[in-house]
This record gives sequence, C-alpha cells and structure tokens, in this order.
Amino acid sequence: MKTARVAYRGAIHSATPVAGDSSERIRLADGRVVAEADVVWLPPFEVGTIIALGLNYADHVKELAKELTVTAKDEPLVFLKGPGSLIGHRGDTRRPAGVAFMHYECELAVVIGRSAKNVKAADAMAHVAGYTVCNDYAVRDYLENWYRPNLRVKNRDGGTVLGPWFVPAAEVPDPHALALRTRVNGQLKQQGSTADLINDIPALIEYLSSFMTLQAGDVILTGTPDGVANVNEGDEVVCEIDGIGRLVNHIVADTET
Amino acid sequence: MHGMTHPAPPFNLSVPPYRLSGAVYSALLNDPQQLQALGDAVHQPPYKAPPRAPVLAVRPRNALAGDGDTIAVPAGHGALRTGAGLGIVIGRSACRVAEADALSMVAGYLVSNDLSLPLASHYRPAVRQMARDGFCPLGAAVPAAQVADPDALAITLALDGQPVWQAHTGGRVRGVAALLSAVSGFMTLQPGDVLLLGISADAPLACAGQRMTVTIAGVGTLHNTLVAEAA
Repeated sequence: MKTARVAYRGAIHSATPVAGDSSERIRLADGRVVAEADVVWLPPFEVGTIIALGLNYADHVKELAKELTVTAKDEPLVFLKGPGSLIGHRGDTRRPAGVAFMHYECELAVVIGRSAKNVKAADAMAHVAGYTVCNDYAVRDYLENWYRPNLRVKNRDGGTVLGPWFVPAAEVPDPHALALRTRVNGQLKQQGSTADLINDIPALIEYLSSFMTLQAGDVILTGTPDGVANVNEGDEVVCEIDGIGRLVNHIVADTET
Repeated sequence: MHGMTHPAPPFNLSVPPYRLSGAVYSALLNDPQQLQALGDAVHQPPYKAPPRAPVLAVRPRNALAGDGDTIAVPAGHGALRTGAGLGIVIGRSACRVAEADALSMVAGYLVSNDLSLPLASHYRPAVRQMARDGFCPLGAAVPAAQVADPDALAITLALDGQPVWQAHTGGRVRGVAALLSAVSGFMTLQPGDVLLLGISADAPLACAGQRMTVTIAGVGTLHNTLVAEAA
C-alpha cells in the first residue's frame, strides 16, 4: 500500500489513498478521511542522506552538451543535498529575484530500505524499499565550476520536492520501464523513460555502496531526462511518473512579505 | 527499515539547541592559499574563474563519527588528507543573516577532522573521495560564550602523539561570521546544523595505523585512529 506523511490539525499522520475514490480524499492512519487539499503534504518518509545524480539520461547530456566538459562514460556525477532543501507535495518553491533560468527536474527517487555496503548490482534491488517522485530544482544562474553543481544552485530551501506517495518496491514490477513527464501550467514540457537511465538503479547502488554505507531512509534521485525549461512565479509545475505519483509544486516570488 | 549502522556523532551540547541535527556542511577552498596554489589554472577550463559564492559540500550521516572512533583507510589508498578544522554549531535558524549578526546565531564550536582521499580536481563534487564512512569525525561542542574570537584559534595536528603541523582559524577567504552570513544567503541553517570553516591548504597526509589528534585551543581535542580497511 502506498503511503504519505501529512500534517493535519496539529499532528503528523501517515495516510493512504481511499480506494476507488475519485474525489481526491485520503485516509489518515486513525481512520479519518480528509480532502487532500486540507492537509500539508510532507516528504513521504523520514529522509536520510539525499544523493542526487546529474547527467544520468543520455538525452539530457546531449541537451547540455554545449557547456559540458565530460562525457557519459565518466564516473557517475553524484552530489549530496541537505535536509533544509526538502519540501512536500503541493508546496511552494521560491524563485530568487532577478534570475534568468530556474528549472524543474522530474526524477525517479529510489528509497533505500536496508543497509548496503559493497553490494553488487545483481543483489542491489533487495536493498530498495520503494519509490517516490522528486522535482529537483536548479537555478542555473548560480552555476560555478567548483564542485559543480554547487549548493547555491541545487541546495536551496524548498528546492527538493518529494512525494506525494511512498510506493513500496513490491508494487513496482519494473522501475526501469516508467514513463515520466513534467507539465508546466498544463503544458507538456519534459518527457522520458527510466529505461534510458545511463546508470540504472542496480549500477547506482553498486557504485555508491562501494564507498559509502547506504542506510534505510537514504534516497537516490536518479537524474532527469531532456526537456528542462525555465519556470516563473505563478507557474504550476507537475512532475509525474506512471505508477509512482503526480507531484504538484507552485513557483512563488522570493519576497519576505 | 533498520536504524543507523554507524556510531552516532556526539549529539549533545550544554546550551540550546542541546544536540546536533546531523546536518553537516563543509566549506571548501576557504583558505586563500588553496586557490593560490592552483595558479593560473583558476582561470582556465574547467574552472574558468575563481569562486564567487562559498564553495560547500554536504557531509552525510554515514561519514559522521565521534571522538575515539577508528576510521578505515580504503584498500588501495596509501594515505588520507587530514582535515583539521573548526566546526560552527548553529543555535538559531539562520536565513539571510547580516555578517554583523552572524555570531549571534552560533550555539557553539567543535573540533572536526574533515578527511578526504587526495583530490586531483575541484571540478566535480568528489563524493567518492569525501563522503566515505567515518570520514568526518566531530568532537564535543563547547558553548560559543567560551570562545572569545573563533577567527583567532591555533590548530594543532599530532600523529602518534607527535605534533606535526600547526595552523590557524584566521586568514580565511571568509571567516566565521562572513561564511555563516554568505551561506545563509542561499540556504537556511537550522539549530544543531554544523558548518565547517574548512581545512587549511597544507593539511598533511596520514596513513593507516596512525593516531590523529586534532587540538583547537579553547575548543577541544579530537582523537581518531586510522586503520586499514578489512579485506
């Protein structure tokens, strides 16, 4: 059963979908059924280390080729993110004043369920608890070539959107055959398939666990395909992965009032 | 899901917020001599220009360790670059803090040893070299009120009990207040988060079998022993 974490009337609850209900209601663990718009959606699990991949779809590498000095054959491009960047479904992400290029990145997020150290690819999927959707925003105006992508680009408050649901691995027959897409204000902007991952999930777990112990609750953001575009204040950004979820986010101004 | 498989860092502090959050950020290239050592390469590809914003890295929970923990040197690597330095423990939510107000956001300070495999390049995030298990030991924190000037502290590294290297928290690209202010300009630091001021340019190497002792005057001492990774 897929699960969410939501805040409702002063407490944090686990929640599940209401079977056969088309009116966008969810059921709290205590049995109450509430409208999904009446809760605050949190990241759907207790998030540990946030591990992100850059340049992990061949078409996206081609899209960025003009500014790159690497090829897809290099070591996976891994970077880490901090907990302050996390935000849930239906949240607002702030767009810094005066920037020219802030873009979404729709990504399959792989949640670790069992500690992994020196795990071979053939055994890796047994360490996966499940999946969710991530929108891993970047503000390209701030890119610098030191430990790139630098935190000012990728680790901004509210820039790592996760949710709405945690979907157990057993409910995802093939995580490498999922269509993903991003719509901005209803218009299709980004489309891809996890079949096109350069480093697939077992390869990523083998690589990462070769030098760090992955722990339950750690999450691997597997990268984004071709089709990133600028977003502006007022935009509704919806990242969707078939069978995993439809993650809604709104872009707001970066004002203090 | 299972719990932590590695020892928790020293989470307690005698002043609010009383414990660390587990979020640790390390300032990189915060000693001007690190960039000077690169010479004209700073202006050449892939870097093309000197850094403008603070250069940072996340230190994940698997990398955190405490005083007295042993740390494994990976097989096939002869030595680690040591990373003696000052850790700044955040006491209040710090977002867009002016430099003049920054020190009022600090709960305390601690000794850190931000280890890494030797790096050939500063272009990519170097997670494989830095985010390894136990590579970021942190000592016990002392309240900020006990540290008169965090930018004027002597740092000593001893290997097997012999002092081999000395450094200083001063003379950084950004000192404690300037760093905290600049980082809070693009990401909010929360109570219990730790921001490492950064290593010094000439931090020495250490090998498996060596006992590292980092001392910062007025802050504390952090002991860790390097061991060869079990085959």
